[in-house]
Amino acid sequence: MLCATRLSASYGLFQALFNVSLTVAPGETVALIGSNGAGKTTLLRSLAGALPTAWMSISLDGQSIGGSSEREQLRRGIALVPEGRRLFASLTVHENLLLAEHNGRPGNWSVMRVISELPTLANLLERPSTALSGGQQQIVAIARALVANPDYLLCDEVSLGLSPLAVDDVYALLAKVRRNGTAIVLVEQNVRRALAESDRYYCLRKGQLVLDGVSARADRHAIAQAYFGV
Amino acid sequence: MISIVETLMSGVMLGALYALFGLGLSLSLGVMRMINIAHGDLIVLGAYLAVLVTGRTGWSALASLLIVMPLMFAVGWLMQSLMLNRVVGRDAMASLLLTFGLSIVLQNLLQEIFTANTRSLEAGDLALMSFQIGSLSIGVLPLATAAATVAVYALTGALVARTHWGRQVRAVADDPGAARLVGVNDRRLFAAMTGLVLAAISLAAVLYGIRTPFSPSAGPERLLFAFEAVVLGGLGSLWGTFFGGLILGLAQVLGQQINTGLGAFFGHLVFLVVLIARPQGLFGNGSKP
Repeated sequence: MLCATRLSASYGLFQALFNVSLTVAPGETVALIGSNGAGKTTLLRSLAGALPTAWMSISLDGQSIGGSSEREQLRRGIALVPEGRRLFASLTVHENLLLAEHNGRPGNWSVMRVISELPTLANLLERPSTALSGGQQQIVAIARALVANPDYLLCDEVSLGLSPLAVDDVYALLAKVRRNGTAIVLVEQNVRRALAESDRYYCLRKGQLVLDGVSARADRHAIAQAYFGV
Repeated sequence: MISIVETLMSGVMLGALYALFGLGLSLSLGVMRMINIAHGDLIVLGAYLAVLVTGRTGWSALASLLIVMPLMFAVGWLMQSLMLNRVVGRDAMASLLLTFGLSIVLQNLLQEIFTANTRSLEAGDLALMSFQIGSLSIGVLPLATAAATVAVYALTGALVARTHWGRQVRAVADDPGAARLVGVNDRRLFAAMTGLVLAAISLAAVLYGIRTPFSPSAGPERLLFAFEAVVLGGLGSLWGTFFGGLILGLAQVLGQQINTGLGAFFGHLVFLVVLIARPQGLFGNGSKP
């Protein structure tokens, strides 16, 4: 169980998160929704160790792990697919994956398995990672986090700027990840899609948690209110 | 004809040394986005360490590298992890000020310990050995210098292109934040890199010390030539720095033939001309900062 307890985070003097608490159970998919600047990315980055946080504010299976580095979180099984994909331009697709595999944990996922599950990747392996379409890059970015064998996969805006077909490919991959028993935290602009793909949801506004619930029973109206604060 | 070939050989040797000087700057600029102003003084430090070791053991200057190189690796590792890592990733001014201060401290420390007198290193018999090809004589030392430089560059190139360590280096150079997300320990990577850079520097320092006498204040000049090699070749291009160094060395030696006192001047002249014609450097693609 991955928990945030009264988690706050700041960029310098600007506080982006205020006492946010959430839980992610092993294997479940949780959607984070909210408008731009609500703090979704900040929350994911805090969980992944990319932002400094208080030691007690994040825990994994009862152990406090706040304030850890990205590397330590990765070793505990928390991996982030960053917004904007951020593949390494000087590395080929294959090298992007090998690098992450080498630094990651042993487990079900390997570069070999990723390639066999995603045959389209096989032909692209030796390309520079920037010589791919947006959808392909997003797949590689998710695969890069996967080969580290996380228990909790944090996905930031994985469908941003992609064609509808490419978005379907991305979610097909995430469905495989889910079947593998990996928990997913999903940040998604498309609320309908976010609810359809998740078990539970949290809605953030201006750095605070304003609504949460079970995705299948989500009330559109309540979400719209929470989303816009009207 | 023969004197031209010998001049060219001498230029290649000098250029190879500048290329070795430039290697470290090129790497730290490309990967850490940091300029080490103390680079030249660290080169001089390597030469003085060799003076110490040869004095204590009676070994030749080249043999002293067996001790000096690991020692300089340790110096680099400690310097990076204790000091420079605090400013990596911050704005350029922080690292400039820190390494500028380091440069002054090093110069004064060397002067305090070794006095301001010029020193030089003895290569022993090696400095006099040469091949005879027809009426042409090619020194073993220049040849070995050029070979060592090519070897160091080829090794560095292979390390960066083919190993896991090299993938981490390239990933950090591309995007430090994303590199940390895939588990790269950038701080330790930088420490190892600076260690390797200083080991390479000490090789260059000893070979240069055999050729040219040095004093504690010789650092800034070394830094200048290293810089010119990097910029001439183009930022972000490893082999660009290599050829930048070669061109600089050749220009200086050929310039000396025209007028003994104007060697360095001709080096700067070539540097300026290239900079005007190709501001991104000979091998730079112009898109990277």
